[in-house]
Amino acid sequence: MIKVTKLTKDYGARRAIDNLSFHAERGEVIGFLGPNGAGKTTTLRILSGYMPPTFGKAEIGGFDVVDQSLEVRKIVGYLPETVPLYPDMTVFEFLKYKADLHHIPNAEDRVDEVLEMVDMLDRSEGYIAALSKGMRQRVGLGQALLHKPEVLILDEPTIGLDPAQIIEVRNLIKRIGKERTIMLSTHILSEAQQVCDRVLIINKGHIVAEDTPERLQSRLAGSQRVELRIRKNSEEAMPLIKKVRGVTNVTVTTDDLLEFEMGANQDVRPNVARAIVQGGFDLLEMKQNTLSLEDIFLELTRDETTPPSLKDRADQP
Amino acid sequence: MRNIWTIAKRELHLLFIGPIAYITMIVFLLTLGIFFYIELSYAIQTQQYIPTMGTSFQLIAFPLLFLAIPAITMRSIAEEKRTGTLEFLLTAPVRDWELITGKWLGGFLFFLITLAVTLVYPLVLSLIIKPGIDLGAILAGYIGLILLASAMTAIGIAMSSLFNNQIASLFATLGVIIVFWIISSPAQYMEGIGGDILRNLSLTTHLYDTFLAGILDLKDMLYYISFTVFALFIGKTAVEIRRWG
Ligand SMILES: Nc1ncnc2c1ncn2[C@@H]1O[C@H](COP(=O)(O)OP(=O)(O)OP(=O)(O)O)[C@@H](O)[C@H]1O
Ligand SMILES: [Mg+2]
Repeated sequence: MIKVTKLTKDYGARRAIDNLSFHAERGEVIGFLGPNGAGKTTTLRILSGYMPPTFGKAEIGGFDVVDQSLEVRKIVGYLPETVPLYPDMTVFEFLKYKADLHHIPNAEDRVDEVLEMVDMLDRSEGYIAALSKGMRQRVGLGQALLHKPEVLILDEPTIGLDPAQIIEVRNLIKRIGKERTIMLSTHILSEAQQVCDRVLIINKGHIVAEDTPERLQSRLAGSQRVELRIRKNSEEAMPLIKKVRGVTNVTVTTDDLLEFEMGANQDVRPNVARAIVQGGFDLLEMKQNTLSLEDIFLELTRDETTPPSLKDRADQP
Repeated sequence: MRNIWTIAKRELHLLFIGPIAYITMIVFLLTLGIFFYIELSYAIQTQQYIPTMGTSFQLIAFPLLFLAIPAITMRSIAEEKRTGTLEFLLTAPVRDWELITGKWLGGFLFFLITLAVTLVYPLVLSLIIKPGIDLGAILAGYIGLILLASAMTAIGIAMSSLFNNQIASLFATLGVIIVFWIISSPAQYMEGIGGDILRNLSLTTHLYDTFLAGILDLKDMLYYISFTVFALFIGKTAVEIRRWG
């Protein structure tokens, strides 16, 4: 459904994406995960027919995004990063406008249907200027769904939504993704893991990893970070913790906070707790942190062949 | 075609929800009304002069359309760029030329409506002058003004698609209109083909000597139509280039 080959985009002298290649089949939900400036928006904008690439080729539903841009735009629903809305229009007027541009028959009924889907029916007659950020996001999602597109391209669809709405939108994406192809970008690892069949990790314009969420998870779960709070003198406890088998990378973050890493498949937390208490220290708190997106990028980009976490694990007996 | 109409309707609607449209119309009616009153008073006083629409037409051409068109068209595309809604339009299944033409049509329809409102004055004239007024001259005058509005609106749309900033777009439109307004002036000091070209490029020669003199000439109509098409083509190209950003 989506086929991207050696896609490159330069903004003046700056290369935003470099030689990207990937594909997505019908009914697949692809997550595009990357830090700020990775090139997610750039790629999605090219796919949506908004702008042409500098080099390379992208096809959606067999249509070239440059040469057959209009056909592509007919079958793609696109939610841009900054949801573009006309503040002077009511929600209904805006969606009706978009529906008219798509030549949708019975546009009014379809607009109501979509408003129901994104839970905005009660604000239908309200002006867009008076909507909250999350509501605007939902209207933006609505305009992308209007023409029942075969392919949905969503640039950070859950940004600015409240937790209940995030869950709802994720469910909506999962539901729609059963028959349609969806490509979404996000900063949130867990979001990608929840809704996507496949995750592409992009950094500085390059794809650094491509995997199913499960495989990615196990790859990243190579190490777990644990945070410890000890009453006073945490530095003195360091040697004790270091001695515990399976513990790596002990660091003191603040006066009473310590961090260490451990292999995911050997939970050494009880041993650490015991060591601290036996050493005469007061253990106040122990908390397991999942790796943040930034850590993942560090891992994936520091050494592409052997992520450090895997190396650490190999070192352990 | 349908897309052009959808976009034009939106454009027209946008003008009428704000005060701009009403202010423009009031200024038109008021200015024309004052001069119309002078014209009538003069005719009544001298008892030898038959009032016409001549002065009114000249006033509409300059300064009314001359100033109102840049003001009305300045935000058309520049504002969509600034707020990011252009991304919405450029990813909708709308061809670039349909977008530009729709934007132009919206502005053009607005001026058609404004010109239609000014019809009250010839109507009053036709009621008070016996045995009647020269309808041909009035028709020619209005056709000329409509064509002029079409060409000027197209300049405004083209400039609006070239700039991100409304004010830049406003002054650029004004600048281009001024250039094409006075371009025939140096022609009087030029011999041969150079002078002819300048004269023929001018927005004014095609108006004052013919339409406003009550003459309909196909050549002048073609001039304004080609001018409109060419300006819209520039606007479309500007949008295309912008995509390559
Ligand atoms: N219009 C533009 N002109 C010039 N450079 C741009 C433009 N848009 C993006 N860039 C550059 O291209 C690179 C990729 O940007 P892009 O917006 O695609 O990143 P992103 O992955 O969407 O980031 P974010 O997570 O912050 O949304 C960045 O270095 C950015 O500065
Ligand atoms: Mg982005």
